[in-house]
Amino acid sequence: MLSEGGSFIKGMLIGGIFCLVLSLLSSFSPVTESRTEEHHHHHVKAASKDELQQLSDGRLQELNNQLQVYCVIMVQPKNLLYWATALDTWTKHCDKAAFYTSESSKALEAINLKEKDDWVRLRKALKHAYENAGDIRWFFVAEPSTFAIIENLKYLVLTKDPEQPFYLGKAMKSGELEYVEFNSGIVLSYEALRRLVNVFPDEGKCPETGRALWKLSNDKQLAECLKFTGVFAENGEDVHGKDLFNSKGVESLIKESMNQNPNNVVEGCCSDMAITFSDMSPNQMQVMMFGVYRLRPYGHDFHDLLTFYPPKGSDND
Amino acid sequence: MTGPKNLESRTKHLKQTWTKHCHRVLYMSSVKTDFPTVGLNVSEGRENLYWKTIRAFQYIHQHHMDEADWFLKADDDTYVVIENLQYIVSKLDPGKPLYLGRRFRPFISQGYMSGGAGYVLSREALRRFVNGFHTGECTHFSDIEDMALGSCMEKMKVEPVDTRDVKGRQTFHPYPLDHYVIRQLPRARPWHLLYDYYPPNEGPNCCSDFAVSFHYIYPVQQYVLEYFTYHLRPYGYFYRY
Repeated sequence: MLSEGGSFIKGMLIGGIFCLVLSLLSSFSPVTESRTEEHHHHHVKAASKDELQQLSDGRLQELNNQLQVYCVIMVQPKNLLYWATALDTWTKHCDKAAFYTSESSKALEAINLKEKDDWVRLRKALKHAYENAGDIRWFFVAEPSTFAIIENLKYLVLTKDPEQPFYLGKAMKSGELEYVEFNSGIVLSYEALRRLVNVFPDEGKCPETGRALWKLSNDKQLAECLKFTGVFAENGEDVHGKDLFNSKGVESLIKESMNQNPNNVVEGCCSDMAITFSDMSPNQMQVMMFGVYRLRPYGHDFHDLLTFYPPKGSDND
Repeated sequence: MTGPKNLESRTKHLKQTWTKHCHRVLYMSSVKTDFPTVGLNVSEGRENLYWKTIRAFQYIHQHHMDEADWFLKADDDTYVVIENLQYIVSKLDPGKPLYLGRRFRPFISQGYMSGGAGYVLSREALRRFVNGFHTGECTHFSDIEDMALGSCMEKMKVEPVDTRDVKGRQTFHPYPLDHYVIRQLPRARPWHLLYDYYPPNEGPNCCSDFAVSFHYIYPVQQYVLEYFTYHLRPYGYFYRY
């Protein structure tokens, strides 16, 4: 009797372990997080000067006025210094900047979602942004350790229709899934956000809890949900094909360029119209504010076709 | 101002960045090389810096006096925005004895310009400097190059210029940006601002949009500043200043 029971237990154990391993493997994405060249058709480029000049003055003015960005910034009291820095720097250039937190902080104001799970929190934030968008048609989702140049974001999406689904940023590939990396910022058009918010209630396509034992990162979960609605990740690039969304800081990228393009360090590094940099300290972000919005050589005129005015009540731009 | 052991590690990067904007650039060293460097008959080392500077200006006076109106001395760890220097000097007369830079208060009653932040002599100021050594009015009385040069300037009646912009913001900086532009709670003057002749501002009002120089800028930061100054910009931005 005992030996029969013993075999049964052994059998159950082996079977149980086998199932565990199987489900782990099925949710485990291969480590090749490669930036493959194959998806060269999944990129969105900024309009060239020629393309822009084709637009009438009236149309340009219309676009300039309509082009508004709602920034969704996911903060936490434990990152208070980054939160304060983002508040004092780049987020001032958003037409609307909303800070969504996991819990309230005595020091800074934010929309308290009272949610500890970061994926659920992101969903709630995006739903709130969609419901409070007003006339705003473009959404930029970031953490406060990202530095964004909103004017250059507007330049990228200038000729794109927000009634079309756009999901842009630094596009990465994980197995079969193409997703936009969170820390370099995620751009969603109104239509993309609309589809996303409408798929949220579908527990089959876009569950609140991770679909397997292995929890996917938020940016990949977002990509999965959007994929079900027919929206795919696209890499944001300038007219020369250079990345506009960077997951590293300026210093890191310059260092890399010094190794790879020693005779052409700056041109080989980063776009003149870069939109985001990441992985920078709060002090570096304050320096960046000066570098982007103030420091320049006297006498250079760019004759840009759009005009963006500095925000009111700000002294560091 | 540079030396043999810095050519590969530092000066090479200056050559790729800001010195391209000079009308003429001369790399002063103890030894002549194909970099190209000018060989002055001086040893290397901080204690010889003033000798090197004196010989450098004498060399320029002898060979390049007619080539320019203004003469900038910078170190191999200074970053300069030449266009912004041009903007300042365009309103000044190079025939007058003028001396520009980050003005320091101590030791010299009319003040002297920080060496690291880079300083500029008008053609007349350069003539008077070289002449001062010729007549013995100016001597190598100290190793401290910027202070000693400032003393000679005062003796030779060369006027220091206030190089702050119309908003009172500084253009020449003896330290990198992060020493100035980071917001601080109101506090007593920190050590690196103690020498300033004009009361300095901390935070965003420290520095002019048309900043001329920063110091202690090593190669990576040289390229970073080049990228910020000449490349990265906010499209369509209507600058406040």
